[in-house]
Amino acid sequence: MNLNQLLNIFDLSQTDQDEIKSVAMRRGFIKKASDFSLKAALATLPVALTFMPKIAKAQSSSIVSVLNYALLLEYLERDFYKKALDSSGLIPSGDRAVFTQIHKHEAAHVEFLKSALGSAQGDQPVFDFTAGGMFSNAFSDYATFLTLAQAFEDTGVRAYKGQAGNLQSADDVLTAALQIHSVEARHASMVRRLRGKRTNMNIKGWITNAESDGAPEACYAGEDNVMHAGASLNDIPSLSDVSMEAKTEAFDEPLARNEVLAIVKPFIVKGT
Amino acid sequence: MSLTTKQTDRVTHPNSSGPLARRAFIKYSGASLAAGAVILAGCNDATTLTELANDGRARILEDGTIDLGSGDIGILNYAYALEQLEAAFYMMVVEHERFDSMYSEEEREILTDLMYHEITHREFLKAALGDKGIPGLTPDFSSVDFSSRESVLGTAKVFEDLGVGAYNGAGKLLADVNYLLVGGKIVSDEARHAAAIRDVINPMSTDFSGDDVVDENGFDKALMPAEVLAAAQPFIKEKISGANLPTR
Repeated sequence: MNLNQLLNIFDLSQTDQDEIKSVAMRRGFIKKASDFSLKAALATLPVALTFMPKIAKAQSSSIVSVLNYALLLEYLERDFYKKALDSSGLIPSGDRAVFTQIHKHEAAHVEFLKSALGSAQGDQPVFDFTAGGMFSNAFSDYATFLTLAQAFEDTGVRAYKGQAGNLQSADDVLTAALQIHSVEARHASMVRRLRGKRTNMNIKGWITNAESDGAPEACYAGEDNVMHAGASLNDIPSLSDVSMEAKTEAFDEPLARNEVLAIVKPFIVKGT
Repeated sequence: MSLTTKQTDRVTHPNSSGPLARRAFIKYSGASLAAGAVILAGCNDATTLTELANDGRARILEDGTIDLGSGDIGILNYAYALEQLEAAFYMMVVEHERFDSMYSEEEREILTDLMYHEITHREFLKAALGDKGIPGLTPDFSSVDFSSRESVLGTAKVFEDLGVGAYNGAGKLLADVNYLLVGGKIVSDEARHAAAIRDVINPMSTDFSGDDVVDENGFDKALMPAEVLAAAQPFIKEKISGANLPTR
């Protein structure tokens, strides 16, 4: 096995290949980038291993594309909560711990995705959380902020869910995405219940039917689905007396990338 | 077996979360619930096989151990076992004679919703598995004090977090993308539960998505079946084996 074959196994981007070769040269394992030998390959292995997180998580262009899509959404959430936490008088002191924790996670997701993507990461987007004036008081009216927070969290859950199948070929990327996905769902549950309390609405932590509770309806389209893996919950006799509310709450639904991008587009000034 | 009440127990309908709705519900679980020996999933057709079947179906070993099976069927049985456990637990909670006085209205709504969600997951998986499924399991909640809020809510937290970690870890073990999606649809509901229960225990703190379950990368737990089954086994009377589940 030579260095090229080794790098091919990892399916590295050209930039990462060049970087590893450069390290190998600096350390004297090879004299020039075109020198490939088994010895050089083995000697370079520790160097390659340090790239493993990046390598494993960005194996192909389709996975890079999914991760950049996730990064866009994480930037959106991170910047949204940062701005909210920086807006004096918006978040009551008793609620700050919740949003500080959520912001911490969104910021961590951004950092993780950036490091996973390495040189393949997309540019940092610019956002307008008023969506051109549609939510002009996003950072001055708590109820409006909570509405947007709920919409972003529930949409984030749906966005990750919609990509699981596209990540199936890469075990560790899939698992990472699932681990982020359930954190977004924890956030969504908390934000929904908090919003319900602060605005005197009855909002559960879970989504009933396709109810949007005043958030953009597109965020909840299809959440009333009861068909799963080709079978309908309504065809299961032992569930005949379980309400549609409970059946739809019990299963969250995915959104396709184009559906999610249509939802977030009004908030994006620059960058896709 | 019929479930005779609708789940309309929302705060806006104060009458529906009272004892009447629950009493009607209890018909579903039958007299055995009161007797403390609940076989919740009815009888399935898991049979005693000497060798693992090609279709991955569950089987009962000679010593009575329930082998979850292999491949995707094995993973679905693994999920089915956990959902049986969760559903049985919340049924015990909601059926408790002091349910109304032990919990606030909001808490009763949450616990009742969770019961119906877990029943829905359980029955869906049971139907999907058909004759490849494990039998109904006998829960062992002897370590839970159902007259103690702390014990009940603490156990709920353990079960919900365990469920989240189990589904997160099992995603990569599934071959059929349709089952992967189903797992994704269920796991976010479990995570919503976990956050709500954690917030009930420690309101308005960071616990809903606490540093004890979410790491510095903002990642939730992803647990392998061996770890999850070891944690779940004390709550199940039958011995469960995941020896033939996929590993990687």
